[in-house]
Amino acid sequence: MFSKVLSAGIGGVDAYPVRVEADVSEGLPQFQMVGYLASEVKEAGDRVRTALRNVGCPMPPKRITVNLAPAGVRKAGSRFDLAVAAVVLASMQKVPAENLQGLMIAGELSLSGQVLGIPGVLALTEAARTAGVRRCIVPSVNAEEGALMGEVEVIGVSELAELIEILRHPERGRQVFVDGDLLLKKSAQWEEDFSQVHGQKAIRRAAEIAAAGMHNFLMIGPPGSGKTMIARRIPGILPALSLEESLRITKIYSVAGLLKPEEPLITRRPFRAPHHTTTAEALAGGGRLPLPGEISLSSGGILFLDELPEFRRSALEILRQPLEEHRVCVSRTAGTYIFPADFMLAAAMNPCACGYFPDRNRCSCSPREVSRYLGRLSQPLLDRIDICIQVPKLSYEELQGGGENESSGQIRKRVEEAHRIQKKRFRETPICFNSRLGIRETEQFCRLGPREKKLLKQAFDSLSLSARAYHRLLRVSRTIADLAGEERVLEAHILEALGYRPPERSEWQKEV
Amino acid sequence: MENMEKYWHWFCTQLFADPSLESRLIEKFGTPEEIFRTEEKKLVKAFPSNQKKLSDLCAGRKKWDFDKEEEKLERLEIRFVSKEHPEYPKRLKEVENAPWGLFFRGSLPEDSLPSMAVVGARSCSAYGRNVSFWFAEELAKCGVQIISGMARGIDGTSHRGALHAGGRTFGVLAGGPDICYPEDNRDIYMELEKRGGLISESPPGTRPLTFLFPLRNRILSALSDAVLIIEAKEKSGSLITADCALEQGREVFAVPGPLGEPLSAGCHNLIRQGAGIAVSPEKLLEDLMILPGINIKNTQKNKITLERSEYLVYSCLRLQAQNLGKICQETGFSPEKALRILAKLQLAGCAREVSKNYYTAVPADVVSEDADV
Repeated sequence: MFSKVLSAGIGGVDAYPVRVEADVSEGLPQFQMVGYLASEVKEAGDRVRTALRNVGCPMPPKRITVNLAPAGVRKAGSRFDLAVAAVVLASMQKVPAENLQGLMIAGELSLSGQVLGIPGVLALTEAARTAGVRRCIVPSVNAEEGALMGEVEVIGVSELAELIEILRHPERGRQVFVDGDLLLKKSAQWEEDFSQVHGQKAIRRAAEIAAAGMHNFLMIGPPGSGKTMIARRIPGILPALSLEESLRITKIYSVAGLLKPEEPLITRRPFRAPHHTTTAEALAGGGRLPLPGEISLSSGGILFLDELPEFRRSALEILRQPLEEHRVCVSRTAGTYIFPADFMLAAAMNPCACGYFPDRNRCSCSPREVSRYLGRLSQPLLDRIDICIQVPKLSYEELQGGGENESSGQIRKRVEEAHRIQKKRFRETPICFNSRLGIRETEQFCRLGPREKKLLKQAFDSLSLSARAYHRLLRVSRTIADLAGEERVLEAHILEALGYRPPERSEWQKEV
Repeated sequence: MENMEKYWHWFCTQLFADPSLESRLIEKFGTPEEIFRTEEKKLVKAFPSNQKKLSDLCAGRKKWDFDKEEEKLERLEIRFVSKEHPEYPKRLKEVENAPWGLFFRGSLPEDSLPSMAVVGARSCSAYGRNVSFWFAEELAKCGVQIISGMARGIDGTSHRGALHAGGRTFGVLAGGPDICYPEDNRDIYMELEKRGGLISESPPGTRPLTFLFPLRNRILSALSDAVLIIEAKEKSGSLITADCALEQGREVFAVPGPLGEPLSAGCHNLIRQGAGIAVSPEKLLEDLMILPGINIKNTQKNKITLERSEYLVYSCLRLQAQNLGKICQETGFSPEKALRILAKLQLAGCAREVSKNYYTAVPADVVSEDADV
C-alpha cells in the first residue's frame, strides 16, 4: 500500500518541504530507499527497521520502497528517520494513512526507538507555515524551538511509541507553547561590562559611535592594551534583541546545530571571535551542503577578528562581499546557498609584528617589516572599515582606575536612542543603520550647510581623501550627529569623524 | 659627445668600485683614451695585483660601441659628464677621490647656489621625520638646494620637505640613476627628475649593491656646502657621510634629540666632537649666512591665529609623536573634543597625524586669539 507524509530538508538557512513516500508490495523481502540520498539518509532504513521491531511493530517480509521527493535535490542528515518510520507504519497499515495528511514530521531515531534531536527545527516550522502545514511532529528536545514560530502546532515526541500513539489518535498530541517575549525578557545579562574598563575614554567613545551606527570598527594598539576586552563588551551596548531579530539569529544557530536544548531562543546578540588560523570556508560557510560560517553566525551581533593581519589573505578577502552586501553566497555542485551576514565587524591589530610601533625604543621592527605587516591588509578591506582608533598602553594611574566608569547600561541607552532615530529616518527604505547607506542615500540623508561644505572641501583637499573616504566620513558624521540628537550634520560632528578616519594604506606605509 | 667624453664614458662604465685603482690608472696612462688603446699585457704589467679586473676591462672594451652606448644613454634620458667637463660640479671637483664622471637624470646642483645635505636614519622616529621635513622645507624656501640619498626615513622626508617648499633637491644614488631604490620612494624619484636631479657615479643599470653606499656618501657630502645629520644611531651610515664631510672640509651640523635616545646617540656624539648644533632652521640659516645666495626673506610665515582651546592643544603637541590619550590627559579635554580640535589643527596646517591617533606639531607661527587683545 502507498502512503506519504511531509518532512523538510535544509538548504542554506532555510528548510524546504520533502515528501516522504513509501510503498509496501509483494516480492522478495527488501527495504530500499531512493531520492538522491547521502549515505546517512540511506542508513535510516536500518535504524527504522530496528526501532520498529523494538517497539513491537516488526516490518513484514515484503518489498518496501521509500522515496524522498523532489528526487533531484540532494538530501543529507539523519532528520528523515522519523518521517520514514511514519510512512512505513502507514503503508503497513499499522496507523491510518489519512492521519498523515497535513502533517510534517522530522527527527532522528535510535535503535531502541528513542527520538533524538535534530538541527534546523525552527527553519522547519517556518517552512511548514509557508507550505500551509498546520501540525509538526518534532523531537521533544527541539519542540520549544519549533514552537517559537507560532501559527503552527508543534508536538514533541521522545519515543517512537509516542509517535505511533499520536498517529493513531491525533487528538492526543499535546501542543507545545512557548512565549518568546518572556524568554527575551529573562535573557541573561552580559558578564562583561564597560564599567570594568578603566581609562581608554577615546576608545569607549569610538566603540559607542560604532555601535550606534553599526559601523565596522578597527582598534590598533600594542599587546595588552585592552583591545579584546573592549570588543567583548560591544554586544552589551547594542540595543536588546527584538523577537523578530532573535528568531532570525536563532534560525541560523539552529541550522548550524549550535542551539542548546535548554536555551531554545538566542536572546543575546552573538559575539563570534574566530581564531586567526581560521579558513575562508569556516568564515563563509563550508561543507558539501554548506552550513553557516562564522560570518553568518555573527549576524545581528559582532564578528571580532583579533590580530587582523595574521588572518590568511583568502580569509580576509572573503569578508568583502558580506561587508558590502550583508549576505554570503556559497556555490556548490548541489546549488548556490545564500546565508545572511548582517553583522558589525570589530577588528583588532598590533601596529607591527612586535606590537610597539611607533615607539621606536621598544619596537624592534625594521621599517620594511612594519610596512610589510601593514601591507597584509588590502585597501579594499580597509575601505570597508568606518571607524579606526588607536588603543594606547594604559598608565599605572589609569590601571588603578580613578572614579566611576560608565556602565554598559548607560552607554546602551544612548545607543538605543540613536538606533531609534535611524529607524525613524529610514522608515521608508530597507536601510536600518547609517553604516548601510549607499552613495545616493548618503547624499540624501546627510544634508550639509554651507559651513560644513566648506569644511569638507578643505578636508578633502588638505588630507587628500578618496571618494570612498569622503562618503565614509559623512556616514560616521551622521551617526555622531544622531548620538548628539542633532537633526543636521554639523561642523563639530565632521571634525570628530575625521579623527576616526582609518589610514589610507599608501599614506600609512609612507609614515613608516 | 666630445671625443674625450666618450672615452671617459667608457672608463666610468667600468665598475671598479675602487677609486684608488681608477686614479692610479689615469695617473699612469694620462687619459682614458690611452687606457682604451693600451694592450692588455701592458695594463696587467702595470698593475699585476688587479689582473682580474683589468682582463674584464679588456674583454669588455672589444664589444664596446661608442655610438650605440651614446644612443643608449639618450634613450634612458641620462646624461654623462666627466670630471673635465665644464658642467661637472665645482664643489665635487675640488675634493679628493672625486668620481671621474657622473651619470644623472634631470640636472646637477648649481655651483652658484648654496646646497646642504640632509641625511639620517632609515628607521627614524616621527620626531626625525618631522624635523627633517621642517628643516628641508625651510632651507629650500631660502634657496638652499637639498641633497640627500633618497633612502627610507630621514632622506626621503628631506626630499619631500624640499619638494613641498617648491625648492630644488637632488638625490645621490648608489645604483644607476635609472634604478629607483627603494621602490617605496617612487613618488620622490619621479619628482626629483623634474625638480632637481638623480645623480650617481654608477652607470645605468647598476643594482644598488651594499658596497656602493659608503662610496655614494662621499659624493653626497662633496656636493654640499654643509651636512645636516638628523637622527643617527651610534653606528650609522649617516656618520660615514659626516666623516666624509669633515675630510672634505664641509661643515657638519647635527640635530639633538632627547638624551638617552638611541636614535639620537650618533648626533650627540657628533655635537660632542664639535659639530654645529642645529636647533631650528632659522638658527641654522644664520650659521650658514656666509654662503652666497641664501635668501632669508622667504622664511616669513603666515601667522596662524588659534582659538584658546585650539592653542592649548597645539601647545601640548611636540615634534615627537604624542598619542591622543596623552593630549587628553594634558589638556583635560574629552576625547571627542580633543579629536575635533586636532582635526581643525590639521586642516589649519599646524598638526599632523603621523600614525593612527599619534600627532605631531608642525612648526608654525602660531598665536593665541587672546594674545591679540
